[in-house]
Amino acid sequence: MNWADTILQGILLGGLYALFAAGLSLVFGIMRLVNLAHGDLIVLAAYLILVLVDTLHLNPFVALVIAMPIMFGVGWLLQAYVLNRTLGPDILPPLLVTFGLSVVLQNGLLQAYSADSRRIPSGYLDTASISIGSLHAGVMPLLTFVSAVAVILILNRLLYATELGRAFRATSDDAVTAGLMGIQPHRTFAIATGIAMTIVAVAALYLGTRSNFDPTIGPARLIYAFEAVIMGGLGSLWGTLIGGIILGMAQTIGGAINPEWQILAGHIAFVLVLLFRPRGFFPRAVD
Amino acid sequence: MITRRTLLKSTAAGGLLAATDGLFKPALAAGKVAKIGYVSPQSGPLAAFAEADKFIIDGFLNAAKAAGLQVQVVVKDSQSNPNRAAEVAKELIVSDKVNLMLVASTPETTNPVSTTCESEGLPCISTVAPWQPWFIGQQGNPGDPKSWKPFGYAYHFFWGLEDVISVYTNMWAQLSTNKQVGGLFPNDGDGNAWGDGKVGFPPVLSEKGYKLIDPGRYQNLSDDFSAQINAFKSGNVEIITGVMIPPDFTTFWNQAKQKGFTPKIASIGKALLFPQAVEALGKQGHNLSSEVWWTPSHPFKSSLTGASSKELADGFTAATKRPWTQPIGFVHALFEIAADVLKRVDDPTDADKVTAAVAATKLDTIVGPIAWNGAKLPPFAAKNICKTPLVGGQWRLKDSGGYDLVITDNKTAPNIPAGGKMEPIV
Repeated sequence: MNWADTILQGILLGGLYALFAAGLSLVFGIMRLVNLAHGDLIVLAAYLILVLVDTLHLNPFVALVIAMPIMFGVGWLLQAYVLNRTLGPDILPPLLVTFGLSVVLQNGLLQAYSADSRRIPSGYLDTASISIGSLHAGVMPLLTFVSAVAVILILNRLLYATELGRAFRATSDDAVTAGLMGIQPHRTFAIATGIAMTIVAVAALYLGTRSNFDPTIGPARLIYAFEAVIMGGLGSLWGTLIGGIILGMAQTIGGAINPEWQILAGHIAFVLVLLFRPRGFFPRAVD
Repeated sequence: MITRRTLLKSTAAGGLLAATDGLFKPALAAGKVAKIGYVSPQSGPLAAFAEADKFIIDGFLNAAKAAGLQVQVVVKDSQSNPNRAAEVAKELIVSDKVNLMLVASTPETTNPVSTTCESEGLPCISTVAPWQPWFIGQQGNPGDPKSWKPFGYAYHFFWGLEDVISVYTNMWAQLSTNKQVGGLFPNDGDGNAWGDGKVGFPPVLSEKGYKLIDPGRYQNLSDDFSAQINAFKSGNVEIITGVMIPPDFTTFWNQAKQKGFTPKIASIGKALLFPQAVEALGKQGHNLSSEVWWTPSHPFKSSLTGASSKELADGFTAATKRPWTQPIGFVHALFEIAADVLKRVDDPTDADKVTAAVAATKLDTIVGPIAWNGAKLPPFAAKNICKTPLVGGQWRLKDSGGYDLVITDNKTAPNIPAGGKMEPIV
């Protein structure tokens, strides 16, 4: 087994999982909303980028820049007109609504784009790589990782150094009191979901260039996002990155021992973290 | 079961229909409307298999009308879910009272429907699933060949694992390689069968002098294949084979190229079936190879419409603006056989007579001759399986973009013309 390569590929894979998870982590951290349609929203964004690339012949990265504000709008509308109505003391309605949304999105995409297995073409970047000695790191996986770190850096700045971030944290801690201070929780939530959806667009770009997607592939990606969020500790964005990396490394190391163990090893790592650190590595607050 | 009431009802309904347009019908229709049930995965992950259904059924109904057959087709969607497939099959039998069941596309659809028909005593014709998972997968104890029993009502036509293995090894023999083969077999029904030490690739490969490096069964939708790529690199592999779903093959192929690993040959089942999936690889799909069940250049004609393979494919493209795919020929053949069977029975409501007619089929269809005569099959499968020809092909990048599937090996079925020779991947 080539240890250095296995660990490097695991870390790079962790970047992808962290991107899947960052949006979920933000939404969960602020409004305790478990979005079961998160995976399908990533697929939706992937189709959006694909359409932009196909029809306008844009570079996928340019398409991403256009897709991000559109996805912000989608997230804002989704939260303002659908999810806000489900929030309350009972955690079941948002679960059911997002589950339903997941089914609607899958079948809507199937109607619109058929069941074809599609991919966002990234030209020569598909196979480009950088070599250091015997190590080869693909340029796209490297970009994925760098983007994940950048997304989390920016989100952290946003949460801890801006007024909007203060509003997010205040609403997260106590929505009623925050309301007394002049913050409108529902408006704050809508912005938060909008931001989460812009991150979803970034994740979609890397999912869609790494491999094929079809309308039904979303839920399979959701589980890794959840595992990364929970391993890292609820509400902690750096924790989410660490969670993603642990998941990625567990998979590549498991796979290097025996490919049958690849996916299982990731789940085992998750169970171990739950057993020994039930609240994850960096839980943000005492809930 | 026929009771006094259902007998009265069905004869009354049949009589009514016969009275309305029976004047122009030949005598063999005898006033009875035959009802065909058809189950296929129209939605969900397997939906690409069923995209030609409407086109083919419309064509079938027109041709049947012209031939004077009184027939109805009731279509049900399996939603790519085996449980749902069994449920709709039951509905078709119990509520719609169909006389003949047709089913297509992957063991997840064909097996539950065939099993339901077998237990309800309804004739069933099935296709588009290699015969081993269809036949063995429906046995009470798949692990014990002695306990395997033939079916009374379920019939199947397609090729088998042994055909894929000979097609692949014939293709590989065209190029000079070091005979080191890397296997990518997932932990699912197909992957376990292909990688099986007794019936799969390993025994045949070692017999033919190939050395197989099989890192083990991976899970579908894996995001990383560095373990396999490292194993293949250190084993100096020049040939890659396996049965992968499209997203996994793309992940593997891009990662392999990123890590500087390019085999001379990559023969992959499943992932390279649909042109859209190959196009998703960009320029990296050139000269990937795969088994070929049917193409517009197959030298067969439809017994139903007289159309050649090319005419059928062109008709589909004209009607839907979509490129042809391999399942189209097989779904069409399924309805050809149904029409042929119904022409040969005087009473379509008699399940045993219909079954006997299915078993006696001798028909030249658009996918080749169909007859359940046990040719090239082990004795246990001889009654219920009919094999169709299989050849091998490579996807070639066109100058205008997009890909062509070129048949590069026809040793297994010399009547199907080859369009070129194997070329190594560079």
